[in-house]
Amino acid sequence: MTLPPPPACQVELAERVLLAFLQEETRKVGFQRAVLGLSGGIDSALVVELAARALGAENVLAVAMPYRTSHPDSLRLAQDSAQHAGVELEVVDISTAADAHIEAVAGLSEDLSDTGKLRKGNIMSRTRMITLFDRSARDHALVYGTSNKTELMLGYGTIYGDMASGINPIGDLYKSQVVALSRHLGVPQEIIDRPPSADLWEGQTDEDELGHSYDTVDAFLHYSIDRRYSRSELERLGFDSDLIDLLQRRVRHNQYKRRPPIIAKLAARTVNLDYRYARDWGA
Amino acid sequence: MSLQVALCQLRPVLGDAAQNLAAHHAWLDRALEANAQLVIFPELSLHGYFLRDLTQEVALPIEHQLIQDLVARSRDCSIVFGFVEESADHRFYNTVVFAEDGEILHAHRKVHLPDYGIFEEGRYFAAGDSIDVVQSKHGRFGLMICEDAWHLSTGWLQFIQGSDALILPSASPARGVDTADSELSSQASWNTLVKAHALFFQSWVLHCNRVGFEDGAMFWGGSSVLDPFGEQLAVAGQDEEMLMTSMEVGPLRRARMATPLRRDAKPELIRRHLARILQDPDAMTARRDDADPKLLDEPAADQPSS
Repeated sequence: MTLPPPPACQVELAERVLLAFLQEETRKVGFQRAVLGLSGGIDSALVVELAARALGAENVLAVAMPYRTSHPDSLRLAQDSAQHAGVELEVVDISTAADAHIEAVAGLSEDLSDTGKLRKGNIMSRTRMITLFDRSARDHALVYGTSNKTELMLGYGTIYGDMASGINPIGDLYKSQVVALSRHLGVPQEIIDRPPSADLWEGQTDEDELGHSYDTVDAFLHYSIDRRYSRSELERLGFDSDLIDLLQRRVRHNQYKRRPPIIAKLAARTVNLDYRYARDWGA
Repeated sequence: MSLQVALCQLRPVLGDAAQNLAAHHAWLDRALEANAQLVIFPELSLHGYFLRDLTQEVALPIEHQLIQDLVARSRDCSIVFGFVEESADHRFYNTVVFAEDGEILHAHRKVHLPDYGIFEEGRYFAAGDSIDVVQSKHGRFGLMICEDAWHLSTGWLQFIQGSDALILPSASPARGVDTADSELSSQASWNTLVKAHALFFQSWVLHCNRVGFEDGAMFWGGSSVLDPFGEQLAVAGQDEEMLMTSMEVGPLRRARMATPLRRDAKPELIRRHLARILQDPDAMTARRDDADPKLLDEPAADQPSS
């Protein structure tokens, strides 16, 4: 049974909304500049294109943060991406900083298990976050997030690592929509064609880790989350029961990553529970 | 004879009435320079939209100096603007006033408060309980606020009370780029809605939406004026803009001659049917056994299995 296609994206419209979003939500809180990490992958390549168009390339700093095991293509493509967007690129090798954290924990360095790889990956991701937020304070530049909606829904990211940002223009676009918008904005073809990867260890790809193609996952999430199809309707669309179980469980188990920490309620009004203000209130 | 109307598609600052008041004055200056006789601002134009707990903190009684300051400007032109109103018994309303010749002719309190999806109005606001029309020196107007328009009963009640034009201030957030169309799906729905109002109620429609972002949600603007044939006479873009239109006398009369829907409306029949339906507790509830079982999902199967 053929599955439905992943969600469409009206690219001119998305571009128009996202440029206005970046301009307004950046300047409203007193920033003129933005900083973001460039991994050599498509998500950050798209955000840097949007940022350069929204704020002017001279107001955007891209930071490439290779670790000693990162694939050399990643840095080269980050450079291509920064050049295409016309923004300044700062290269910060995080190996020393990340290794200091890894070596400070007994046994972690030698741990080649999945958990060991995950812990080291998280340390790299959080080292990059520290680097970006430091540049944010140095340059008075807002950190732009580069997590897409597929990652946010599946929790495929490091909390307080790559998921940390000031504002995120692509968090409501599924991966397949990110690809469509990237084509529209002229992201270098090699970046678009490259298999998506967190590049935390050699040979890692997102689709291997997820066990399914992004097209399948995006189609499922779109019908399940945005269109609110019931389980039986999803089955009639061709999604098999195991896939539905897997993805629903994954979405649910990662809800904590999408929310601020839970606070024990004691007083009459508690932050985020019944003390409720828009973040723009502070603008 | 014609009426010069200005729709002020502005970007209110969230929760800052003083700053928004100054902006209203500046827009009014511009509108008057363009000889506007009726100037319309969006929903909650003095306060902004996603106020949440700010709702009660920014609310103003209608007698408040800040409101009266704007009402005083209506000596120069009729003005429609929106704000959070606190009543004497401390209920909070999403209110739009129609001011003319230095007086408030009418205050419409939003009746239909959206409380689903991104909206939380039911949590913060009390619902208005009246759908009236305003007799102005420029004609007879029906005021409805955003979600009020999604209930066709609002416009119909104003239609049978003789409204010539429906004034529709809104704060409509953008959503839906997963489409092949060239416009947002929320905007496409609204365009259908305002056209339906113009056509079925044979009225001018003056839809004034706001622009700008609040916490990531974009208000899409696109304010428009439609004539009583449903023709769009003017439409705004997605940024701050003053949309000027001239409403002529002719089209309303011609539309109602061509298709006399107003003459042929049957309010008495509607009243009888409503009275009967409201007396029968079962009349407004779909019964399970009437439904086609093939259309029903088994609820148990919709629960995640883990």
